[in-house]
Amino acid sequence: MTATVSPVLVLALAAAIFAVGLVGVLVRRNLFFVLMSLEIMLNAAGVAFVAAGAMRSQPDGQVMFLFIVTMAAAEVALGLALVLQLYRQLHTLDSDAAGEMKG
Amino acid sequence: MKGGPWAGLLMFIPALPLLGFLLLALGVGRRSRWLVTAVGVGSVALSALLATELGLLFGYLNPARANVDVDWGSWLSVGDFRPTFGLYLDALSLAMVLVITVIGLLILVYSSRYMAEDPGYRRFFAYMNLFVGSMLVLVLADNLLALYLGWEGVGLCSYLLIGFWYQDPANSRAAIKAFLVTRVGDAALAVGIALLFTQFHTLQISELLRRAPEVWPVGAPLAVAAAALLLAGAVAKSAQLPLQTWLPDAMAGPTPVSALIHAATMVTAGVYLIARMHALFLLAPTVLALVAVIGAVTLLLAGCAALVQRDLKRVLAYSTMSQVGYMFVALGVGAWGAAIFHLVTHACFKSLLFLAAGVVIASLGEERDLFRMGGLRRSLPVAFGTFVVGGLSLAAFPLITAGYFSKDLILYSAWTSPQGSVWLWGAGVVGALLTSLYIFRVIFLVFFGAQKRQPERVGGLALEVPLLILAALAVAAGWAKGPLTAWLATALPPVAGATPASEMGLSAIATVVSLAGMALAALLYFRLPARVALWAQSSGPEVVRRLWRAGWGFDWLYDRVFVRPVVWLARVNRGDVFDDGFRAAAEAVELASRILRRTQTGRLRWYAAGVALGAILLVALMVVRP
Amino acid sequence: MILAWLILIPLATGLLAGAAGMWRPLSARLVALAGCVAQLLLVVALWGQAVSVGAHETWRLELTDVPWIPELGISFRLSADGLSLVLLALTAVLGLAAVLASWREIQQRVGFFHFQVMLVLAGVTGVFLAADLFLFYFFWELMLVPMYFLIDLWGHERRHRAAVKFFLFTQLSGLLMLVGILGLVFANQGHERTFSYQDLLAVQLAPAGALALMLGFWAAFAVKLPVVPFHTWLPDAHTEAPTAGSVLLAGLLLKTGAYGMIRFCLPLFPQTLDWAAPVFMALGVVGIIYGAVLAFAQTDFKRLIAYTSISHMGFVLIGVYAGNEIALTGAIVQMICHGLSTGGLFILAGALQERLGTRDLGRMGGLWSSAPRAGALAMVLAMASLGLPGLGNFVGEILVIVGAYAVSPGVAVGAAVGLVFATVYALWMMHRVFFGRPREGLRLRDLGQREVAVLGALVALLVILGLHPQPVIDMTQSTVSAIQSRIGAAQVDAERELFYEQPPNGMDSGIKWRSRWGDRP
Repeated sequence: MTATVSPVLVLALAAAIFAVGLVGVLVRRNLFFVLMSLEIMLNAAGVAFVAAGAMRSQPDGQVMFLFIVTMAAAEVALGLALVLQLYRQLHTLDSDAAGEMKG
Repeated sequence: MKGGPWAGLLMFIPALPLLGFLLLALGVGRRSRWLVTAVGVGSVALSALLATELGLLFGYLNPARANVDVDWGSWLSVGDFRPTFGLYLDALSLAMVLVITVIGLLILVYSSRYMAEDPGYRRFFAYMNLFVGSMLVLVLADNLLALYLGWEGVGLCSYLLIGFWYQDPANSRAAIKAFLVTRVGDAALAVGIALLFTQFHTLQISELLRRAPEVWPVGAPLAVAAAALLLAGAVAKSAQLPLQTWLPDAMAGPTPVSALIHAATMVTAGVYLIARMHALFLLAPTVLALVAVIGAVTLLLAGCAALVQRDLKRVLAYSTMSQVGYMFVALGVGAWGAAIFHLVTHACFKSLLFLAAGVVIASLGEERDLFRMGGLRRSLPVAFGTFVVGGLSLAAFPLITAGYFSKDLILYSAWTSPQGSVWLWGAGVVGALLTSLYIFRVIFLVFFGAQKRQPERVGGLALEVPLLILAALAVAAGWAKGPLTAWLATALPPVAGATPASEMGLSAIATVVSLAGMALAALLYFRLPARVALWAQSSGPEVVRRLWRAGWGFDWLYDRVFVRPVVWLARVNRGDVFDDGFRAAAEAVELASRILRRTQTGRLRWYAAGVALGAILLVALMVVRP
Repeated sequence: MILAWLILIPLATGLLAGAAGMWRPLSARLVALAGCVAQLLLVVALWGQAVSVGAHETWRLELTDVPWIPELGISFRLSADGLSLVLLALTAVLGLAAVLASWREIQQRVGFFHFQVMLVLAGVTGVFLAADLFLFYFFWELMLVPMYFLIDLWGHERRHRAAVKFFLFTQLSGLLMLVGILGLVFANQGHERTFSYQDLLAVQLAPAGALALMLGFWAAFAVKLPVVPFHTWLPDAHTEAPTAGSVLLAGLLLKTGAYGMIRFCLPLFPQTLDWAAPVFMALGVVGIIYGAVLAFAQTDFKRLIAYTSISHMGFVLIGVYAGNEIALTGAIVQMICHGLSTGGLFILAGALQERLGTRDLGRMGGLWSSAPRAGALAMVLAMASLGLPGLGNFVGEILVIVGAYAVSPGVAVGAAVGLVFATVYALWMMHRVFFGRPREGLRLRDLGQREVAVLGALVALLVILGLHPQPVIDMTQSTVSAIQSRIGAAQVDAERELFYEQPPNGMDSGIKWRSRWGDRP
């Protein structure tokens, strides 16, 4: 099983996933989907780390991926708790409705 | 002569009135008018007594060597700038001191009755005492800074007394005008003092007069500048062209004030200053010629203006201006003694005219319009008699009046002096015609003709005795011509290099002219007043009359050239242009903050987009820049 | 130690007054009053000591050996000479006047108010005494904060704006001075690091560097003085401050600017004078005339007085930079007399506002008949501010004019023109407020005994200074001549460099030189 995938292709995939996540963050108003898009972006970063690690034959990339997974889990927990609180306060998940910090 | 047995007395002459002022200002006599009179008149009376005594002593000794120089203590001392409160007495200052104290005393006695009903009685006497004190400091000062102290002090008193009846804003405005116009001259004088000090490192007048001719040749630019600056001060104080406009308005003050300050003493301070600094002016022949020209022009313009005034006191004001013009002519031709002699006689007869006019005005209930007076010679005999004596003296009625002797001396000097000319003499002669014409116009309008109003009785010894004494002086001062001019010659050099001329002949011409003026006045205002009035209303004379009545329109001119631009500038710039600059900076900051604030929308997606854009930019920079 | 007391007394009584104010307002006033009296007595005692030293020796009192931040060479150095002492006397007198003037005006947060007032006094005293540049900067900023509160908490209608403006101007310019101080300290290479004034006097600077550092110092002082065009904080601050604030601002804070120029700009950077003196003197003339013209246009009584201050400080600026003993002495006399006369005018304006509820000149008029005492005192103060001989301000102004004439006749003429404009605003002010017919229903309660006593004392001091200014002149003489000789020496150095490659031996003592700066040969 030595069929290899060019790391460049993997990086391109990571960029594509990241772009999907970013667009999701920017265009979706539902906070739930925003949160999911953030997860996608994190995973894109993870993929990029793994690819970069593979390119240099070093394990650091995979270590970083584990970190990201851990952090994503914590982030999801916190994010969902916040979304839940927000829903209780405003009875909506629309992010634009929460614009009280306007300057 | 330094010191001397009576030198100690000298300091009391200015000190007593100043002490009187201090007492009155601190509240002495708040409840008792009698006490106010005692302090106010008494202090000046004591001064007058001392001055007379000094005068006698002075005359008894050889005046040339009897000059007194008393150091009254240092004022301040920085480096070599060491003005003192020294007093200097010579024939010139003694003549001035006698005029100030004696005439001042008579006027104060007069005022004690004239102002008796006024609620500001104490204030009046306090100001008057301050004035007499300051004026004495002015004439006795032995250095220029102490002279300047008195100089500004009399300006202040003039301001306070012109605006004495402060409830009328017009009076207050006239007072401001007087102070302001004279202050223009004062500022020039201050610069002159700075110039003289910088050159000579002293302000002692005798020192300056001694050293100036040693250092500066005749016509040296700095000498001309110094003399011109002093002249500017003198012109403002003495109401000569071009700074004469304040004097007619100054008549807003009470009449005794006009008599003392704006006729007898303060307005002649400029004459005193030039006479005192004569050695300096001799170094600047152009300035000296300018003095004469200013005097000649002023005496003619003011004489014309006096011809057409309706207000009795304004006639006298223009007359004062014109007479001081004669003194300037005398100074300009180097006849210092003649100028001071005319100053003395003028002080006598002009204060007499003012005080007599005061009686007329008071008896008609503050009426000043000549054309609402008339026929008062029977009801106010003392005022009539003394006014006519004063008028005759002013018009130089030959051989018996003081004014004749002094004016004759000036005209003679104007003809014979090397600096003189036929033009100056001619101006003086024309002026003499105008003088007798305008003063007899007043006499005929006020005292002759039909009586238009019944005057109230004002009088009492306190009013009449000063009038009678002044009337006597207005005649007798002329007989002192010989001794007085000889006496003044000890302090002021005589005209040098005069070409002899027939004094009799010149004097005869002047006399004829002056008598002709009186006759003309009698013809116009006594015999044919109706026809004159009709003629004056026709259009040609009407224009001239309006121009002259407005004092040749100088007020109008200065208003447009100086007053309005400054006021306009001040109004426009009330908000302070520099502040606009800082305000603009503040507003720019605020605008920037408002723009940046717009980015804080509170929308999550907006911020996320910002983060993304920033990240992309950073990456792009890294890629492009390497 | 006595110098430290001069600062500690106002600090301590300020704290005490603040505490006492919580209990009873009157006690706060009394404590503050006692503090001012104590400071005044102390200054009088020092004055007596200074006079007894005699004319031949120079009186100087120092407090040196109290380290503060020894690593940087910063220590608690105080030093008093004649100039400091004269200004301390002014501080004590005006502090007393300010406390007395706010006796009735301030009714809210009385304790805190007096704490702030005493804090300003402590700061001003410190500025006049500091002999360490860091300490000087500390006190400089110490004046600023309580003054901000005085304006912002007890001021009039637009007080917030004025307070912020005041703070921004002084703070920004103060930071420039800090840069200047640090620059000077770092320029002192090859020595142990020190902020000591005495040591820094010896620093040798390149001309360009000296100019930059001088401008840093000058910026702070020019804003405080103020010099046109940096003056625009002043009318707002003076107008909006409570009476005590205006008195302290005009009477003392402006003087710290002039003091700074005399104490720092002249002796530290004498080599910059060739360039700086003509420029600054021209600015002085501009200030005199500009301030006077604007004063005339104002309709707010306090604003009018504020602009007169700008005009008068122009004389001080000219006097400081004319570079001779006469003019510099004139500037100092002018500082003292302006403090007294303008302080008096602000107290008067405060008294009128308390009674009439307005500062608008258009709504006054004819007040003389109901308040002759106020009118008479105002007349003397107005005459003082137009420079009437016999009152102190004249002495200052004529000395400046005479001194400036020796350097530049044009400047002297400009200053003299200022005298004419001063007449306009002073007389116009009297005309608008006191003369004319009283307005309908406008009757004024005349000044009470407390006010007459305060204003009478100020007027009396002005008259004394007008007729016998010699004590003040003598007291400052040693400082003035020390500065002049320093400037003169710098000038000699410059000329020597110009004419000789190497200073020839034996020329030090007998050298004859002609110079605009310093004493005449």
